[in-house]
Amino acid sequence: MAQAIAFYTLAALILGFAIMVVTTRNTVHSVLFLVMNFLFVAALYVLLGAQFLAVIQILVYAGGIVVLYLFVVMLVNLKRPPEAHQDPHRMTRLGFGMAAAVLLELVVIAAYGATAPSARPPVAVTAAIPVSGNTEQVGWLLYTNYLIPFEIASMLLLVAMIGAIVLAKREL
Amino acid sequence: MIDTVIIPLIKILIVLNATLVAVTYMVLLERKVIAWAQSRLGPMRVGPYGVLQPIADAIKLMIKEDITPVRADKWVFTAAPIIAMVPALIVYAVIPFGPTVNIFGHPVPLYIADINVGLLYIVSVASVGVYGIILAGWSSNSKYPLLASLRASAQLISYEVAVTLTLVSVILMAGTLSMVGIVNAQYNQHVWYAFAQPVAFVIVLVGGLAETNRAPFDLPEAEQELTGGFHTEYSGMRFALFFLAEYANMIVVSSVVTTLFFGGWLPPFPNAAWARFLYFVPSWIWFFLKSFVFLYIFIWIRATLPRYRYDQLMRLGWKVLIPLAIANLVVTGIVKVLML
Repeated sequence: MAQAIAFYTLAALILGFAIMVVTTRNTVHSVLFLVMNFLFVAALYVLLGAQFLAVIQILVYAGGIVVLYLFVVMLVNLKRPPEAHQDPHRMTRLGFGMAAAVLLELVVIAAYGATAPSARPPVAVTAAIPVSGNTEQVGWLLYTNYLIPFEIASMLLLVAMIGAIVLAKREL
Repeated sequence: MIDTVIIPLIKILIVLNATLVAVTYMVLLERKVIAWAQSRLGPMRVGPYGVLQPIADAIKLMIKEDITPVRADKWVFTAAPIIAMVPALIVYAVIPFGPTVNIFGHPVPLYIADINVGLLYIVSVASVGVYGIILAGWSSNSKYPLLASLRASAQLISYEVAVTLTLVSVILMAGTLSMVGIVNAQYNQHVWYAFAQPVAFVIVLVGGLAETNRAPFDLPEAEQELTGGFHTEYSGMRFALFFLAEYANMIVVSSVVTTLFFGGWLPPFPNAAWARFLYFVPSWIWFFLKSFVFLYIFIWIRATLPRYRYDQLMRLGWKVLIPLAIANLVVTGIVKVLML
């Protein structure tokens, strides 16, 4: 019961801050609401017993990535009016298109989950892990069951980093 | 009830109050030590040898007029000092001042919480503290604070990478992220990590100086260039919050260095039979003595070293400390694998 109350309170706060992020006119305030949003998502992870994920969420997103967002937002002059485009309804159409894509995705996931719940065997993860403790278990799974996705993700990050350097430095 | 609510509440109360008193007296200590280093007397007027100076300062700051600039972003301007202060205080939740002791027949651990991601918790909370500085500079709507806050955040982000990478090698040694676990690992392995990981110790100390904006890395507060830095537009108690947050962070860095590299609450030579008598001194006194040494070193460095130039600071962070941290991590990993 207490857990349900905590969950719905957190969920309401997360959604509320998410709405504030997209509706606030001041860009810096919007970034701050995003930080609040990330902090409450971390609280949700704590509620699920995933302390490691919660701390990493704060460290990487709230403490790292959003600081860089804030830098960009502070340094770029956003007061300038947007340049006129031939098609004034371009953004509206784009928005509707993206919303439709996300909706389609959600429908597909929901339909898949509803029709074939027994087709997928439940993933027995806790039984096979020889270590205790949240951090140790996450580490164990990352380096055994999910080694290849983990390595691919790190390669992707490396490629993104090199790409950013190549884009930023014209002559190397 | 008594173990889950009352005792933790009392501990939180004690730790918070002790921290705030320690912070105000750190200010006095700093003024005194720097005065001695410069052949002056320092504060002498309020109380004998100026011991009541922090109280006089606090009263002065509280009754001062609290000014908000007209063009400032009012909400963010008000929130920034709070955002700077809160992370500096909540870090104390996981710092172990001693092991579990019996008080009136009741086992009481001398720390507020021992979570199994303790060290990561400290790093992540510290990384949120940078918002206070950035937002203070931006919301003041004034050019010197903005420049200072950009400097401060660039500095914090650069040194955070090196410090976090270095902490990984300590975690590799201890095999745990819990602060209590790290102290116990030092006891079990018969070594303070300052001797097993000297490079890591130096990097964390230098990075700690940089992350608390202390001299010689106090560029964000360089009075000569920036008229005081990111808190130029602040006055009264809001300014005091930034000031206190800086000193609270210094105490955090000293406590973390003590816990990770100097055996926390353990006395010197904790395993040696001839040094058993050192256990008569309570564990938390050892902890405070060791932390005090680092606080003194912080002040001593400020009185001794001139300020870095900004490009020197960035070069030290990215081109010296980060490669050193990575090399240290690789060597620690190899040694760890070979030893097993």
